[in-house]
Amino acid sequence: MSIVAIASGKGGTGKTTVATNLAKAVSLLGHNVIYLDCDVEEPNGHLFLKPGITKSSSIGVPIPKVDDEKCICCGLCADICQYSAIICVKDKVLTFPELCHACGGCVRVCPTDAITEMKRTIGIVEEGLSDSIRFIHGKIQIGEIMSPPLIRAVRGAANNEGLCIIDVPPGTSCPVITSVSNADFVLLVTEPTPFGLNDLGLAIDTVRQLGLPHAVVVNRSDPDNKIARDFCRERGVDIIAEIPDDRRIAEAYSQGKLVIGALPEYKEIFIELFENIERLLSTAKVE
Amino acid sequence: MKEIVVISGKGGTGKTSLVASFACLVSHPVLADCDVDAADLYLVLEPNILRQEDFSGGNMARIISEKCTNCGICMDVCRFDAVKREISKDKLSSIEYSIDEIACEGCGVCAYFCPEKAIDFSPAINGKWFVSETRVGPMVHARLGIAEENSGKLVTLVRDQARKIAEENGHSYLLVDGPPGIGCPVIASITGADLVVIVTEPTVSGEHDLDRVHELANHFGIPAVVCINKYDINPEVTKRIIDRSEACGMRIVGKIRYDKAFTKAQIVKSSVIEYYTQSLVADDIRGTWSRILDAL
Repeated sequence: MSIVAIASGKGGTGKTTVATNLAKAVSLLGHNVIYLDCDVEEPNGHLFLKPGITKSSSIGVPIPKVDDEKCICCGLCADICQYSAIICVKDKVLTFPELCHACGGCVRVCPTDAITEMKRTIGIVEEGLSDSIRFIHGKIQIGEIMSPPLIRAVRGAANNEGLCIIDVPPGTSCPVITSVSNADFVLLVTEPTPFGLNDLGLAIDTVRQLGLPHAVVVNRSDPDNKIARDFCRERGVDIIAEIPDDRRIAEAYSQGKLVIGALPEYKEIFIELFENIERLLSTAKVE
Repeated sequence: MKEIVVISGKGGTGKTSLVASFACLVSHPVLADCDVDAADLYLVLEPNILRQEDFSGGNMARIISEKCTNCGICMDVCRFDAVKREISKDKLSSIEYSIDEIACEGCGVCAYFCPEKAIDFSPAINGKWFVSETRVGPMVHARLGIAEENSGKLVTLVRDQARKIAEENGHSYLLVDGPPGIGCPVIASITGADLVVIVTEPTVSGEHDLDRVHELANHFGIPAVVCINKYDINPEVTKRIIDRSEACGMRIVGKIRYDKAFTKAQIVKSSVIEYYTQSLVADDIRGTWSRILDAL
């Protein structure tokens, strides 16, 4: 299985457009495709692929549970916790589950075995089918900050067949790192604007730090606007597809339609993109 | 002093362009860029940096190889698969343990349980934050290091510093440019604010993400209003957003037309208000700002 992650730095550049249309175009060629939406804060892929959901599982993280009978209020648990998720006040230990990173330090350090772990739900993973595409996404509960364990659960739900396309959340911090880790290739989607290119620069720095092969897709591209091409040349990154700035694409997107369905003339762009990815994947694997 | 936070759920709806424009409509506001992952407000406001500080969001483990006896306890206790066991590069055939800095969550459990005290656990520098002067007012902004964690803590720091400046110098408004999503940095951006302005767009994604970010504001009890950017690209979805928002008591403070002025102003490092002072889109933005003030 090859894993291709679609990321961007800046939000709203077209990650979901590229990921869903690429998934559809490749599946129409007869390949096995798995689409993973790792933007668990604001997942949108389902609005375009419209999968039939067949399985839903709640995802939890272990949090400490203190047995007051056994607790001697020694304070060791509070000392080891780096997240202020467990504190010792006078003669009682209090926990703050939403701050817990599930490191298990308090359980290990407790001298009287007063701390055990229980599951706290942080979100759900849903799976289903969109025609022949296997679809998996995660949805974090409102107010929840621990997205990496949920993203890992989405990644873990994929099997090992075919092309796995990952829709990555925007940004450059932990949710992005968790989403792209172990990918074979990262596609960075940008737009030819100063904000788009500034954030593309940060995304390039991130994937280089992680040592992942990558290339750029320019969305809302304009033949006269050379700033994205100049930027990528300077940074030594290949542009492997350009999607034109066409109001009809924006309209199809606004209605929840796939571009290749609404405007079949654009299908070729995504097929070529797939061929370019395959070519770069094979060179990356040789290296 | 009133603190107004501009967020969106979905990225790319125009938060930063609108914050830069609103900043030009107030007399001497304080600005805070809380999108510390991908900060863009500085590209328009060209800040002159007055003060620069390192940010440490927590500690990081590091194995001191001279003290390490390769017992492997650190690897057993780490829940984040952050301890690597490899053949030593210097001495072939010997084993060496090290910490994967990207996977390390900074929990310190390995350092606590290391019998040889061979793991250093000290503050890691995860980014930088800045206090600057811009043509519209003081600005606090930051840069989270590449592939770093704890963006929520950095956001809290940026807001605290901006609030301090606003209070000490008697500014009436603090304008916060928030990050996309509904996760940790967004929560850190909105808690305790006077008003959240949600910028959305009339697309099925914008609509879906608006619902989630509105739920988030409700969850924390922060009053929220909606601004629909590019409202004319899909009148049907715009109408749906208006009906739904009004049905749940959320006020629509503005409808802003689609205009390439947003990109053109960005290219010349200007806000839409400064660059297209006399235009219909600038009027839309002015109307939005005055209704935001009404909502406060």
